[in-house]
Amino acid sequence: MERVAVIGVGQTKYEQGKRETFHELVWEVANKALDDAGITVNEIDNVVSVSSDFWDGRTISSMAISDTSGAFGKDISTVEGDGTFGVLYGMMRILSGSFGTTMVVAHHKGTESNMNGITNTAFDPLVERRLGLDAVTSAAMQARRYMTVSGATERQFAMVSVKNHGNAKRNPYAMLPMDITVDDVMNSPMLASPLKKLDCSPVTDGAAAMVLAAEREAKKFSTSRKRVWLNGVGHCTDAYRLGDRDLADTRALKEAAKKAYAMAGVTTNDIDVAEVYDAFSYMEPLWLEGLGLCDDGMGPECIERGYFDFGGTLPVNTSGGRLSANAVQVAGLAGMIECVLQLRGGAGRRQVKGAQKALAHGINGICGQSHCVWILGK
Amino acid sequence: MGNRVGIIGVGQTHHAAHRLDASGVELIAEAVTRALDDAQMTLDQIDAIVIGNMDHFENINYVDMWATDGLGSFLKPVFKVTTGGTTGTTVAAAAYYSAASGLFDVVMAVGWEKNSESDTQTAIATCSNPVLERDPFPGAIGPLATEYTMYMDAFGATEEDAAIVAVRDRNNALNNPYAHNRMRVTVEDVMNSPMLSYPVKFLDMCPRSDGSCAVIFAAEEKAKKLCPRPAWVHASVVRHDYTHFGDLEWQWMPTLERASLEAYKIAGITNPLKEFDVAELYLPCSTTGVKWMDSLWFCDRGESPKRIIRTGITEMDGQLPVNPSGGVIATNPIGATGLNRVGEAAWQIMGRAGDRQVPNVKKALATGFGGCSWSDVFILGADLP
Amino acid sequence: MSDWKDEVEEIVFPGKISVPYAWTVGSTLSKWFVHLRDDGEIWANRCPSCGKVYVPPKIKCIECYKDMNDWVKLPGTGTVETFTVVHYHEPGLHPKKPPFVYGVVKMDGADTGLVHLIGGVDPDRVKVGMRVQAVIAKERDGHITDIKHFRPIA
Repeated sequence: MERVAVIGVGQTKYEQGKRETFHELVWEVANKALDDAGITVNEIDNVVSVSSDFWDGRTISSMAISDTSGAFGKDISTVEGDGTFGVLYGMMRILSGSFGTTMVVAHHKGTESNMNGITNTAFDPLVERRLGLDAVTSAAMQARRYMTVSGATERQFAMVSVKNHGNAKRNPYAMLPMDITVDDVMNSPMLASPLKKLDCSPVTDGAAAMVLAAEREAKKFSTSRKRVWLNGVGHCTDAYRLGDRDLADTRALKEAAKKAYAMAGVTTNDIDVAEVYDAFSYMEPLWLEGLGLCDDGMGPECIERGYFDFGGTLPVNTSGGRLSANAVQVAGLAGMIECVLQLRGGAGRRQVKGAQKALAHGINGICGQSHCVWILGK
Repeated sequence: MGNRVGIIGVGQTHHAAHRLDASGVELIAEAVTRALDDAQMTLDQIDAIVIGNMDHFENINYVDMWATDGLGSFLKPVFKVTTGGTTGTTVAAAAYYSAASGLFDVVMAVGWEKNSESDTQTAIATCSNPVLERDPFPGAIGPLATEYTMYMDAFGATEEDAAIVAVRDRNNALNNPYAHNRMRVTVEDVMNSPMLSYPVKFLDMCPRSDGSCAVIFAAEEKAKKLCPRPAWVHASVVRHDYTHFGDLEWQWMPTLERASLEAYKIAGITNPLKEFDVAELYLPCSTTGVKWMDSLWFCDRGESPKRIIRTGITEMDGQLPVNPSGGVIATNPIGATGLNRVGEAAWQIMGRAGDRQVPNVKKALATGFGGCSWSDVFILGADLP
Repeated sequence: MSDWKDEVEEIVFPGKISVPYAWTVGSTLSKWFVHLRDDGEIWANRCPSCGKVYVPPKIKCIECYKDMNDWVKLPGTGTVETFTVVHYHEPGLHPKKPPFVYGVVKMDGADTGLVHLIGGVDPDRVKVGMRVQAVIAKERDGHITDIKHFRPIA
């Protein structure tokens, strides 16, 4: 099978209250990605945009950015969900042989929306929604289930927040670089037990773009230093209603990860750096278990031991993670971009030395119902 | 063209203004079950699923997550595609590319909509730019009416020409057990129906329906193994060029011209009127059935009434039957409408189109429309491309 | 070139999507809600193939994709599998003022949990593993709120 490479990336600084409109944000990152790839929009032959009609307050949210994503006169489609799924579709379009270069671009302005109201609409309108559940209260129940099953403590979850906000200090794009302690997290306002404010990702505005190219185009347009290969991918979804599954069981993620590792021909030992979708602090160790990057039930202890610290055995979320910036649909793509930068040796002060293989991860739905796992390599 | 892919099964629900007997998830299950039956397959043979609809029509966020029970997607790979009215055809494209990529052998595309659950015009109005265009935006009918008045003005097309299209599609629907509106009408009936927005009258316009469609795509080897006569995908092209309604070219349809031209090139079609045996076209309004024939390169600009509509070549007994299913004017479950076109075109090739079967179909054309004058084109063939 | 951007007045248009919705409940859930509304009973359905029992009922078994026509009445009791005490207030969304409790109750007689409110108890006393029972609302109109909440079994 022909390989597909990432030859250009671009992202905005993640922050609240951005002045730019959706299409200005997309214009910014599409241009950044093209410049990074060293090509013009003429070399792009198709576009996959990523957005949410709900968060944009606009049915056919892709219509807002049809022009600025570079889609004029070209084939375009829109994935509604995390950016990692958009890259999956962008890659499949190239592998189909129909296209040579795909522009994948995601945008999101959380501050223009009502987060809780919008996540409430992800719940079953007939048997769940009226209860007023949202992303935070449901995540809180998943967190507690994880604690029951693994023995994890709130302090161990807090360590994730400390680590990731600290990592964000080295990332000029991150929104919330912070020097905090476990006590700071423990003392932050309790939102829904056991989740406190500093256990939760912030409302964020931002956009990101990635240029994918088929192997032959990639070699034509790009240097080997800039090229990063998409070695493997897998995606899989669990059951829908909250009570349909054990919230601490990562079976769907395991299935997705298995496919990604197999396609890439690697094992968990080969991963040098990882970006995992930490929408909430507890999610990082939970997903790391599902990804096989630590044993089941051992996530919190590995966090505590510093295994996943920037200076640890397997640095996770060197970007600062979603805890430091979470532009929802953009967030998984941001994680993939961090992996690309790491593998290129272009991650500045957060560079993991000699990184050859990276793992990026995105989720869709409530409590990570659906997962997309990527293996990237040099 | 990359890896070759064929459609091996199609399922549709019965459409109605109000399927009170079935929730959205139940509608999806109905279509999926029927598609599996049509293909004589079981769910575990489906490797991946792609779903599409328009969010604000049912107010369900993360529809790909919500649909799990009906979709059969438990512990399977699934993602969602949404592009307005073109969703049906772009979800077909997503399934096609997924199967063509080599990552998945059998991929099911599902489109659905329960328009009865909301106020369609208000929900659709949110597609327009909130700062520049939303306040004056007149829903779906306005722009369609406007473009036809420009066409009438420029080329002498008439309201009667549009009525001929309405009569054709509505009467064809009588042969389609799945269709929403099945009624025998005459040109006079159409001309006398209430005016909605000049020159579009009630019987010129599509309904809003509840319904779902599932189409199963398979990579070449699997398709040959599983199906006696797959409908092979010869081309899939999308052109969603416009962002603002004010930017549109009104006298002809640039996106459809560009998309169909590209699709014909890929599929090696030089004379579409002669080479296609059947066409399932996304015509939301009878007026488009007049105007857009030019944009499909069936005739020169402005010639459609004289050369296509009034000659009867698009009737069931004509040279190129258009919309044997009754098309969008008979049935419009928006997220599924484009997929219904692809599914119906596939059935025509597979010889499974029942009373609406056109004899000896070797090449079929299917189109999708939506958003800001966006166009999708699919070409299917009985032979491998 | 971008100087004018720093000087231009920043206008914000507030907006709201106001579309009324009316969801069709469908055959399966309608039957469930009718039992709940008319009889104050919680029912479940069971897969004829694998025997899994679902509450709220499913249109098809998610593991077997088979139609489910066997219905069973549940006792309405269960065990708290997980919960959260909510401390913020989201007006228009939350059914109560904080602090209040959401929980997933693993229902006796079924293989799934039901997410709902846990009430009739001090939020600080709610524990994982607690045995609870459904309190049926006196006024019912065929919604999930026909169950008022789950309270600890005395």
